[in-house]
Amino acid sequence: MAVSSQAGMDETILVAQSRQGDTRAFGELVKRYEGKIFRLAQHVTQNREDAEDVLQETFMKAYEHLDQFKGDSKFYTWIVRIAVNQALMKLRRRKTDKSVSLDETIDTGEDTVVREIAAWDEDPEKQFSREELGGILDTAIQSLEPPYRSVFVLRDIEELSTEETADALGLSVPAVKSRLLRARLQLREKLTRFFKRKGDDAFAYM
Amino acid sequence: MLTCKAFLNELSDYLDESADAEVRAKLEQHITECPNCWVIADTTKKTIRIYKGMEPHPIPADVESRLMTALEKKIASRRR
Repeated sequence: MAVSSQAGMDETILVAQSRQGDTRAFGELVKRYEGKIFRLAQHVTQNREDAEDVLQETFMKAYEHLDQFKGDSKFYTWIVRIAVNQALMKLRRRKTDKSVSLDETIDTGEDTVVREIAAWDEDPEKQFSREELGGILDTAIQSLEPPYRSVFVLRDIEELSTEETADALGLSVPAVKSRLLRARLQLREKLTRFFKRKGDDAFAYM
Repeated sequence: MLTCKAFLNELSDYLDESADAEVRAKLEQHITECPNCWVIADTTKKTIRIYKGMEPHPIPADVESRLMTALEKKIASRRR
C-alpha cells in the first residue's frame, strides 16, 4: 500500500478519505498506529505470533467496518477497542493455560502490595540505555497477572480514559480503578529493585 | 487523620488528579506527615511517567510487509 503526502494530515480527513475508498489515506492511518497496536497486542497476548495476527485482524476489521466508525471517539480509541477484543479472544482460546483467564474473580481491595519502600532518583530511568530500560519495563509488565496487565496497558501505556478502558475490557469503572491501582503498585515494587537510589536503604532519608 | 491504607486506596485518583478537592487536601496533608506514603506516591508517579514515555518500537519489517500484503488482499477482495 502506498503512503505519500498524507503524513501529518488531520486524522478526521484521513478517515473521511478512507471511507470514500482512498487506500492511501487508510495506509497512512495504519502507519500511524501499527506500532502502538502491535505493542498493545504483544502486551496482552504475550505471544508474538498471536500479536501479529491481532495486528492484521485489527486493521482488516477496521477497514471493513469503517462505515460504522461514527467519529464520536478518536479513531485510535476505536481501533484499540477492536485490537483488545481480538487479543482477548486469542487469550481465551489458549484454554490450556490456566493463568490467562480474564474472568477470574480477583481480590482487589484489602492487601494492596507494598513491601519495599525506598526512594528513587529524580530520573532513575536515565541510568539505563534504551534497550536495557525497555527490557526492564517489559519484564515487569509480563510478570503481572493478565487482568491487571490489560488494565495497566490500556490506561497507562495507551493512555485511554478509565471509561474507555472499562468499555474496551467489559469491566465496571470501579473494577478498572482497583485493578489499575494494584497493577501500578506491583510495578512500582518490581521497578524499585532497579531504580532505588544507590546506597539508600529504606528510611535512610528520614 | 487519614490512615496509610486509606491513602493507598485513593492513590490512583490522587495521581490521576481525579480526586475531589476535599479528598485531595487530606491526601496532601497525609504525605507531608508520612514519609513512607510520600515515597510510595513519588515512586508510583515515576513508574507511570516512565511507562508513558516509552515510544513503541517500529514494527519489524517482516511483520509490516505481511500486514501490508494482508490489507492489500482485503482491499482487492472488497473491490471485486
